[in-house]
Amino acid sequence: MSLVHSLRHLDETDRTFQSESVDWALTKLRDRALDDQISSIVTTGAKVLDLGCGRGDLLARLKSEHRIHESGIEIEGEAVSEAIARGLSVTHGDIEDSLTSMGDKSWDLIILNQVITVIRDPAAILRESLRVGRQIVVTFPNFAGWRTRYQLALRGRLPVTPSLPYQWYDTPNIRLVTVKDFRNLCCQMELKILKEAFVGRATGGGFRPINAWPNLRALSALFLLTGQEKR
Amino acid sequence: MTHKHASPAARVASTDSPDSSVGQVELQFVTFDGPDHVLNLDGGGSLSPVQVAYETYGELSESKDNAILVCHALSGDAHAAGYYGHSPDEKPGWWDILIGPGKPLDTDHYFVISPNFLGSCNGTTGPTSIDPGTEQPYGLSFPFFTIRDMVEVQRWLIDHLGIDTLSAVIGGSMGGMQALQWAISYPERVRGIIPIATTSRMSAQGIALNEVGRQAILSDPKWLEGRYLKDDPPARGLAIARMIGHITYLSEESMHQKFGRRFVNGDGRSFNFSKDFQVESYLHHQGDKFVRRFDANTYLYISRAMDYFDLETDHGSLEAAFSQCLSSFLVLSFTSDWLFPAQQSAEIVRVLRKLGKEVSYCNIGSDQGHDAFLLPGHRMGDLVSGFLERLREGGAP
Repeated sequence: MSLVHSLRHLDETDRTFQSESVDWALTKLRDRALDDQISSIVTTGAKVLDLGCGRGDLLARLKSEHRIHESGIEIEGEAVSEAIARGLSVTHGDIEDSLTSMGDKSWDLIILNQVITVIRDPAAILRESLRVGRQIVVTFPNFAGWRTRYQLALRGRLPVTPSLPYQWYDTPNIRLVTVKDFRNLCCQMELKILKEAFVGRATGGGFRPINAWPNLRALSALFLLTGQEKR
Repeated sequence: MTHKHASPAARVASTDSPDSSVGQVELQFVTFDGPDHVLNLDGGGSLSPVQVAYETYGELSESKDNAILVCHALSGDAHAAGYYGHSPDEKPGWWDILIGPGKPLDTDHYFVISPNFLGSCNGTTGPTSIDPGTEQPYGLSFPFFTIRDMVEVQRWLIDHLGIDTLSAVIGGSMGGMQALQWAISYPERVRGIIPIATTSRMSAQGIALNEVGRQAILSDPKWLEGRYLKDDPPARGLAIARMIGHITYLSEESMHQKFGRRFVNGDGRSFNFSKDFQVESYLHHQGDKFVRRFDANTYLYISRAMDYFDLETDHGSLEAAFSQCLSSFLVLSFTSDWLFPAQQSAEIVRVLRKLGKEVSYCNIGSDQGHDAFLLPGHRMGDLVSGFLERLREGGAP
């Protein structure tokens, strides 16, 4: 396959993304892309707080797989109703406000699944999360993936990908971040990275794990963090 | 193919069919008397004997671990579900949407207890009861009582029924205040607390509205310093109090939808002060209906008990109030409730969170105002079901 042919094929693939308006089904897929990896981190009976838990799909899974003591915070009322109706412990409210009222190290694990790009002050949320939790797991769409690079650099369009499935005018993402940028922030904030995991797109529409060259290849990234031990 | 036509109708009917109702129910009474049952009230007085009117739905399990206590609001009574069977067009109990087989308070699983609270005029001892000392109705000689006193009498009833631990205590508005008080007074005796459309302390706005209601009664010439006769009560005053109440139970949106500016008579303005608008006619109807079933002095006392509810002041802070609680909480508010606005519930949730208590909270979308907790058309029932299921599965600490 010649380079020109390959690029033309990519262009067609990306046009199909570009032509769609917000596809919430794609967002749902994205939100579940790293659930296996998150589940592998969680220990039995842990106290887990999911910030921006939606209707509680992940919490329900972790509860059945690991018998966690679950809790969630969600701002969307309908999603909160769904989560409580399925027997989960969830409170309706703003992540920032809710964190402020919690005691130090009251959770074993805090989950920030695909939410740091939609909040005003991600660094503050990370700091607060590590105050109230022993570890935090953060997932986000990687803006440096080749799809986004290609769409912006060659086509001159804002990227629309399986992990960023929105047009510029309807995206909830107000912060964009790459794998390298996030590592950099962790370094600046002196956060210890305990684990990283990455996924790319699988043939057939799902996601598959990625090991090499994550900044270029990953659609979504996962970081498990803890505060640096104070000596 | 008649069955094809029959099936949608049958589906509609099933939401209201006899199998989802607890059926015929009976008001029961128990009298607490003797040295073990002298009620020493927060306001300084004491009462003995105390009669309690209550209803129950469903069966108490052998281990007596499936009981749910339902607390009613200001003008409510023990008749929360089912029918007395007095007349064919009888309306079911006030929370029939929530209580019954297969409903959120599922009487196939739970034994639901619904007492009339202390100081009411619907069977439990209150200002209309006969004072054994004078053999006359108490009237204004009835001692002042608080939400805490109400809960104390409910606890007597629970003891009387042989129940050690309640699965849950649930209530809306003033009933929610009782639920919160239960969590504080008897932390080890309740697994789940469901306060709905309520507050941890009556707001200035709430007290103000109560005061206007009381003044309507107090300034009725027929009130006679509370010594009116049963047959000649201060009906105007009580009706006005109820009209004010009803305004606070609705929202601007629900009033607009229900009545708009529609006239009673299609052709409009009469240019006098009779009831031109449908909203006026509705309020008068509610007022008149209330007078037939409620007592004016009782209204004064109960609204005062509501005003005095203030967990912060009782305990020094809300943190201190809830610090000993062991229950799980499901706190619910409604977006259009301006009498007990969502931020009052959110404050309760904030403090419970801070204390590390298990709490769920939803500000349920509804344009029905404060009354929403009594009405269908939103997610309240699903949330209550989910929460109770969670308690059953032992999800709570």
